[in-house]
Amino acid sequence: MSTRIKRRSAAYYRGMRRVRRVALGCVTALVLFYVLFPYYWAIVSSTKQGAELYNSVLLPALDFRHYKELFRDANFATSIFNSLCVAISTTALSLGLGTLAAYALGRLNFPERRSLLLTVLMISIFPQVVVLSGMFELIRWFGLYNRVWSLVFAYLIFTLPFTTWVLTSFIREFPRELEEAAIMDGCSHWRILTSILLPLMGPALVSTGLLAFILAWNEFLFALTFTLTEGSRTVPVAIGLLAGNSRYEYPFGPIMAASVTVTLPLIVLVLFFQRKIVAGLTAGAVKG
Amino acid sequence: MKTRLERREHLSGLLFVAPLIVVLILVAGWPLARTLYFSLTDAYLDDSANHVLVGFDNFVEVAGDPVWWRAVRNTAIFTAISVAIETVLGLAIALLVHGAIPGRGLVRAAILVPWAMPVVVSTKIWEWMLNDQFGVVNRAIVGLGLADHGVAWVANGSLLLGVVIFIDVWMTTPFMVLLILAGLQILPEEIFEAAEVDGIPWWKRLWSITLPLLAPTIGVAVLFRVLDALRMFDLAYVLAGANVNAMTMSIYARDRLINNQELGIGSAASTMVFLLIAFVAIFIVGALRLDRSGATER
Repeated sequence: MSTRIKRRSAAYYRGMRRVRRVALGCVTALVLFYVLFPYYWAIVSSTKQGAELYNSVLLPALDFRHYKELFRDANFATSIFNSLCVAISTTALSLGLGTLAAYALGRLNFPERRSLLLTVLMISIFPQVVVLSGMFELIRWFGLYNRVWSLVFAYLIFTLPFTTWVLTSFIREFPRELEEAAIMDGCSHWRILTSILLPLMGPALVSTGLLAFILAWNEFLFALTFTLTEGSRTVPVAIGLLAGNSRYEYPFGPIMAASVTVTLPLIVLVLFFQRKIVAGLTAGAVKG
Repeated sequence: MKTRLERREHLSGLLFVAPLIVVLILVAGWPLARTLYFSLTDAYLDDSANHVLVGFDNFVEVAGDPVWWRAVRNTAIFTAISVAIETVLGLAIALLVHGAIPGRGLVRAAILVPWAMPVVVSTKIWEWMLNDQFGVVNRAIVGLGLADHGVAWVANGSLLLGVVIFIDVWMTTPFMVLLILAGLQILPEEIFEAAEVDGIPWWKRLWSITLPLLAPTIGVAVLFRVLDALRMFDLAYVLAGANVNAMTMSIYARDRLINNQELGIGSAASTMVFLLIAFVAIFIVGALRLDRSGATER
């Protein structure tokens, strides 16, 4: 076989390598453009006024009037506050309950464990629309309709299975030797969890919590259905329902300013915790 | 006979998962049961306590509604095409990032941007970019001389589903890339080195080594994406509302339930969504299992 391979000069291989590098560089640039251009274009558009918006100058006009209006708008500020409240409360609750359950599911041996894990996984793929009618009724019973807290309650259906599942796979990865001495000494499971595992779980909690936060921050269907008035809307609903006075003056400038504003903190968080986020995402999926 | 220690472990296990079980019954079990129940009644949303059982009438009504079947068709097309494109594109980008390329860290970070964006925001941005008169995409098309006037991407009903697929591919390919990349990183490096030393061309290495080894990872990623795509609501709703050209099963169910206040019929439609998705999930999981057990036998 090897006799068939033609011998070529070193210059040929060097040339081939250069061509390969340039081609790969082009493809990489293309990928970067595809992934980043829409957000860049939103930034550009958000700093343009009136007729400027309709030309296709690729550089931002750096006119921040839309942002000033946006922050003066009490409804937008309220919806940001609502989103923060909902996302933080949901994340905290599902991390707390998820850690408790994950300890049992990852470390203790009891017969119901497997079926419980399976149930958790099944609930996490539930189509949200399936619980919509039942949840609607429940929320009205609790007197939570059109209140922000209805969303904290409703969001647990997807954040709690998620945190439980991911934290379980994180806990399984800790070496068992950590707790063996404690078990020998007759330490209670509560103390093993709180004084031995919890101090080590910081990174796992950060990555799981960030993902749960993003899930809750971005949710749309429940937020649209369980709130009615502007004062109780979350950011995605506020942006989704932001419309002009008529079909012909669609307020793209303000919408882009709002879009850039609510996405920026997420992007900063995600880039800052890049490795942690990827670890959380893959811990949930690959080993599952 | 169980030892005392085992009994203690059993008890504390149950104690630790008790809060989880209570919350899941409250937010998932009970609402699901109520939805199933309402699907058999003629209830209306404004007065849900006042209803009678009507058997399977609601299911018959939904099954006889051409709009429902349109929604099923849209969802099926959307799921099949968008997941297929995302898988191929995700695999390509993952292989690119996995190799030694200039700016690898940058791509890896940038890929997270579309993923982190709220769906509503991505949809609004693309809606603006695809605007028929002032959108940058049409400007580029006209400017490059590919057409003499812009395409009505969003306003044209027949293109709407295509636009929904296009935006979804942009939003969710990063998820595919991240999962496949994680799968690539745990593959043993030596096999690839050996194949390269033996002078096996790259496409053959990809087809006969990388892809078979990656199959479980890709299978899981596809499973997640299919189940997610089948319940899609926000993207199509923000872009087109309840427009039949892009209406998904979830939009249909919510439309009957909230806008028409038909609690019974809406619940029946939701139940059908649930059964369909459960059926697909069982089918895919079965296929993956079969595949995996077949691989170990060989």
